[in-house]
Amino acid sequence: MGYERIAAAFAARKKEGRKALIVYLCAGDPSLEVTGQAVRELAGAGVDLIELGVPFSDPVADGPVIQAASKRALDAGVTLPGILELVKDLRAGVAVPLILMSYYNPLLQYGLERLTADLGAAGADGLIVPDLPLEESLPLRQTLETAGLALIPLVAPTTPGERLARIAATARGFIYCVSLTGVTGAREGLPPGIDEYLAGVRAVTDLPLGIGFGIGSPEQARLLAPMGDGIIVGSALVDALHQGGLPAALRLVERLRHAL
Amino acid sequence: MTLPDSQGHFGPYGGRFVPETLMPALEEIEQAYREASRDKEFQKELQYYLRQYAGRPTPLYYAANLTRHLGGARIYLKREDLNHTGSHKLNNALGQALLARRMGKKRLIAETGAGQHGVAAATVAALLDMECVVYMGAEDTRRQALNVFRMELLGARVVPVTSGSATLKDAINEALRDWVTNVRTTYYLLGSVTGPHPFPMMVRDFQSVIGREAREQILAAAGRLPDHLVACVGGGSNAMGLFYPFLAETGVRMWGAEAAGLGLETGRHAATLTAGRPGVFQGAYSYLVQDENGQIAPVYSVSAGLDYPGVGPEHSYLKDSGRAAYTAITDSEALEAFQLLSRTEGIIPALESSHAVALAMKIAPGLRPEEIMIINLSGRGDKDVQQVAAILKGGSSNHGL
Repeated sequence: MGYERIAAAFAARKKEGRKALIVYLCAGDPSLEVTGQAVRELAGAGVDLIELGVPFSDPVADGPVIQAASKRALDAGVTLPGILELVKDLRAGVAVPLILMSYYNPLLQYGLERLTADLGAAGADGLIVPDLPLEESLPLRQTLETAGLALIPLVAPTTPGERLARIAATARGFIYCVSLTGVTGAREGLPPGIDEYLAGVRAVTDLPLGIGFGIGSPEQARLLAPMGDGIIVGSALVDALHQGGLPAALRLVERLRHAL
Repeated sequence: MTLPDSQGHFGPYGGRFVPETLMPALEEIEQAYREASRDKEFQKELQYYLRQYAGRPTPLYYAANLTRHLGGARIYLKREDLNHTGSHKLNNALGQALLARRMGKKRLIAETGAGQHGVAAATVAALLDMECVVYMGAEDTRRQALNVFRMELLGARVVPVTSGSATLKDAINEALRDWVTNVRTTYYLLGSVTGPHPFPMMVRDFQSVIGREAREQILAAAGRLPDHLVACVGGGSNAMGLFYPFLAETGVRMWGAEAAGLGLETGRHAATLTAGRPGVFQGAYSYLVQDENGQIAPVYSVSAGLDYPGVGPEHSYLKDSGRAAYTAITDSEALEAFQLLSRTEGIIPALESSHAVALAMKIAPGLRPEEIMIINLSGRGDKDVQQVAAILKGGSSNHGL
């Protein structure tokens, strides 16, 4: 449970000599029912960890695809309590780690201790909070720690080495390595200097490294995979699900899985 | 005063809530700002531009007619409307653009609501020969078409933002996304005392020239400190600029005027401190207008510059501590003040500043004639004349639609 389940998911792929596939879905786009069905089928198709995005009105770290998905989910009336209910339902039949990705304010308004209790009760394993840097993360980190839940930190190509070490020292689960300077959304090719940057992160931690932002194609996934322990695909999958429904999402996941 | 602390906190408020990518850039700006503050050459250059380019000091004008009309306290107007570009915004834009140049950044980005900060940013970019991109809500580019042209004339590129509510908060989101992408080459010239540390501190400091001048001027004119300071609060930079040099003077009362829009009870307002509650938004922990799930709620004001769901964290601190009092002023009250100041003093105030005048209209009549009040006239109203004409001639009370 919690960060132990996350560690086990990475370890299982490592044992096979392969890399983990982590996907992001915007919870409630277009409905929680569809998200629930997608999680079940993607987990069955070889996805190793699933991030469920909590929609927010002002997603500053996100590009157009996830902005639009968040808006669709909010328009559909999706809220954090509804997403926690979904996780609880899913947990009965889904074994992969389920991680919520949310901007900080919806969590703060819910109440950090209540959130920790309800995440634990629902069977979620951790949180990713893109607007909560190390300096402000102590209250959330401490309460999650009491329940064995992971606060997965993000590091960026601009993060200096000394800061990387401080972030890694408090990390649980895995380290989310933002591959580029920018917002979420699939890009062409690989960001310049990515290997050097990831080697720098590798040097300060033994935790698994998940590489995300800008990755949409199996080719990119294949090229980046040796530099970390898992590949995170968000916008490309959200887009596939929106444009072509679950069959399109499953086709993308199959190709990504094959590349890793 | 030693606030904020080293992490940018004013009591529980402020801090840095931004994507990790931006954290090193914020530390770099803070470091550069602290060095510049101690550098006599930097200060000399800033002083030079404030005097010779912006036209400072701005007058502290005794508004005899308004004083007589309201029949209470002696009212002085701090004439930020006479600052170059027509508002207080240039004080901060000059300071930060000089800092950006010192840091070796050649590209400025900025957000704007009514266009006052955008024009100030475009102006300093022209002055210092820097590239400038201004993000502006598509809704606001329509409301303030003339300011869009002014910015373009000054050489800036104006990007209309269509996401979200297509107003100021969305322009800030888009500016932040640009900054995350281009952080190595770009300086984000934030226009108010909002956002992540060090912006609330730095913008306050650059705007404090307002309060420092007012303090000297009132001592020269009246031989004593004022009893009341009144300013409008959107993000709150003109108010912090006036208030800050007086914070330690316990005899000086401080009043902030927020936008009540069509009225607090209608839900169509931007009264962050009066009707909001604390949360994290656009980089800081502060009061904000939000729903029960922590989603940012739509806000509304006749004034594009006050049409913002957040507020500077230091104002949240001053509210909780009781050091300053905040009151919400409706569109109609602001429009009445807009006309009153025009008629009594021959000064057309910005709609933002009209909220401060409207609050003074409520407070001043109840005060004794020997009490002194300073209203920060943060900007001139030329930009609003067309909009006000449409509202008054339309005779509609539902002018927000």
